Amino acid sequence: MDSLVTHSSILAIAIPLLAAFLTPLASKVGDRARNTVVIGALALAEFLVIILARDIYLNGLHVYTLGAAATDLTIPEHYMVPVRIILEVDAMSVFMGLITTTISLAGAIYSISFLKQETGGDRFYTLLLLLAVGMLGLEFTGDMFNFFVFLEILSISGAALAAFRTRFGDATEGGFKYIVISAVGALVVLFAVGILYAQYNVLSMAALAQAIQYTALDKIALALLVVALAMKLASVPLHMWAPDTYSVAPAGTTPMIYVASQACLYGMFRVLFSLYGVSLDTLAIGWIVIVLGVLSMFVGVTMAVHQSDIKRLMAYHAISQSGYMLLGIGVGLAVLADPQALASYGREAISGGIFHIINNALYKGLLFLTAEALFFSLGTRDLNKMGGMFRNMRYTAIFFIVGALAISGVPPFNGFTSKLMIYESVYNFSPVLAVIAMLVSIVTLASFTKAFQSAFTGPALPQHDNIREVPKPMLIGMGILAIAIVFFSLFPSLVVNTIVTPATDALIDQAGYIGAVMGGA
Amino acid sequence: MTVGLPFNIPFLAVAALISISFIIILTQRNLIKLVMGIVIMQAGVNLFLVSLGYRTGGIVPIFTHAPEGAMVLPVPQALTLTSIVIGVACTALMLSLIVLTYRHTGDTDAEKSRILKG
Amino acid sequence: MSKIVRTMSNILIPLVFIFGLYIILHGHISPGGGFQGGAVFASGVAMIIVAFGSASVQKRLKEHHLSVLESAGALIFIGLAFGGLATIFFFNFLAGSAVFGNIPPSGSNPGDLWTGGVIPLMNIGVGLKVLGGLSAIVLVMALASSGIEVEE
Repeated sequence: MDSLVTHSSILAIAIPLLAAFLTPLASKVGDRARNTVVIGALALAEFLVIILARDIYLNGLHVYTLGAAATDLTIPEHYMVPVRIILEVDAMSVFMGLITTTISLAGAIYSISFLKQETGGDRFYTLLLLLAVGMLGLEFTGDMFNFFVFLEILSISGAALAAFRTRFGDATEGGFKYIVISAVGALVVLFAVGILYAQYNVLSMAALAQAIQYTALDKIALALLVVALAMKLASVPLHMWAPDTYSVAPAGTTPMIYVASQACLYGMFRVLFSLYGVSLDTLAIGWIVIVLGVLSMFVGVTMAVHQSDIKRLMAYHAISQSGYMLLGIGVGLAVLADPQALASYGREAISGGIFHIINNALYKGLLFLTAEALFFSLGTRDLNKMGGMFRNMRYTAIFFIVGALAISGVPPFNGFTSKLMIYESVYNFSPVLAVIAMLVSIVTLASFTKAFQSAFTGPALPQHDNIREVPKPMLIGMGILAIAIVFFSLFPSLVVNTIVTPATDALIDQAGYIGAVMGGA
Repeated sequence: MTVGLPFNIPFLAVAALISISFIIILTQRNLIKLVMGIVIMQAGVNLFLVSLGYRTGGIVPIFTHAPEGAMVLPVPQALTLTSIVIGVACTALMLSLIVLTYRHTGDTDAEKSRILKG
Repeated sequence: MSKIVRTMSNILIPLVFIFGLYIILHGHISPGGGFQGGAVFASGVAMIIVAFGSASVQKRLKEHHLSVLESAGALIFIGLAFGGLATIFFFNFLAGSAVFGNIPPSGSNPGDLWTGGVIPLMNIGVGLKVLGGLSAIVLVMALASSGIEVEE
């Protein structure tokens, strides 16, 4: 068991990768064998991330050097800097890893029944597993170039999955926009990594963090990284691709593509907090992040109000919720250099933002899955053509209610808890921002009330008389997320103390991040 | 970090390639020309990475029958190779999606073949 | 294509394929390796498709055979990475052993093919994957642009 914990960080990435290439061979045996391989690999990855998380909360950071004689030999003899590929997992990384594996498992189970009506099922699962591998690799890596490689892996898999239903013309268009934006963004990230390498001759994040002196070239690299990652996480004003891509992605993959954007959000915070840390001008950069957040919140929710396509409406709400996370963590970044403000409200702002990431992944994922269930049963995404589904699709309607109440911040759901943390701490920083956040929350509630009323209440249209509930695997997939939301709503302080507060401490503590890799020298 | 060539010619070439590719990506409406712009940008970034490793008077970093002298840095060459592989995969995916879009809408113009609006 | 093109490609194809395999196998002592050799091999396949037409190539070379080759290459690579798990993932457990196990001297040396441990085998795995993958891409694109439907 001990050696399993030591190797768990790389095994959580390698086992889905192995399963991704076993899937074409397993599907020649049959559909059941293929489903078993996929679900087994993702469940095993989730188990490994959970035991890794327990070990990190007890014993601190986890460092894994690939190819050395022992896992913590980061700097070989006669060398002064780390030269191997190093995975560095702290509490924030494993927090994102927990989100990734849960959503991937729910999405894979949900997709089982969707694939009965499509061909090419083995390729779908290969791409889904590669998307999970890309996300986990991005979250666990401690090396800047590896960050770029996993970013490209998740972009290519995500774009191919978004364009999977090639018989619809809009699917290929959504996938094409995603891959163009991702290719340009990843090239800009590579350019910035090249600039940093040229100056300091190291690629490992901890060694770079120790060596960075914030020269003019470093400022250029920081600007390029922030812009490229803001483009990848669909924050306004670079959000044009997100509604198209999220609305056309099939079955259980929309939550996964959305969590891929959240992984890029994690990447941006890793660059800002751990790579640059206090050497940068935190007030100015913090205000830039806050402005991005406020714009995303506001533009996202105003564009969502008049949408008639249900998945597009949810995609605009996803953009708006990302704004909350940027706002919370941006306030924390702005006061990072001021220890008194940091202790009084900065930490709570960062905790609120981080807690909102996991809440958002859960309820937004659930809402996307319910929208896809409506599309599966009715064959349309247009709200004007739906109505009165509450009688026929009772479970889907209940899941939709749970998700809609959680996203609008209605107590006692988990959305209310994280939004309250953000409101309280942001009010101390600047009252205007907290008022804008509350207004956005009210408009979110209004928009979802309209969506629920169009889809589920009212008279049923005559062509929808024989609609039945969706098949069991889809209900199980949605049920996993709904149970997690209810659990988070009933025990918020347990969740915050166990997983969110260690993540906040790990994000703020740049010295610990450096020392785990370089301290051995 | 010296390059040994007058006026840092490789870096000027990188700047030219990336500027041209940005103009292409922002202004071209034909989808295939858009993909060409992205390929030119990939070429520019790869050239940037390779030319970072050059040392004046350096030799090829291979130990088989190596002559005397300091070697050029091999790490940027490995990074460039990975980037080329990723570029090939991206380009293949983009071109396949253009073929499928053409089948659905009969046109490779970005404005005329838009279905998703709002 | 005309008879001259087809005859010349018939003569050149073995040379191109052998050159590609040479680059894959000698990746650890000379410039090259898995991706480069696989790309050269796939360019040979592209030459056959241009010379003989994609419809006649598709009768002999099916796309799902290439897919099996691709998966086999990836499984070789990841299997070898798992093989060193007794010490650490990606550990070079064949250095010093009987298979590709000689230790080369430091500095300038005449390159010895039987060195490198796990690395030449991983090159072969990557090479198989790349040649299968890129050939499949070229074949499917040629079929798609000439209007022939690709069978599943």
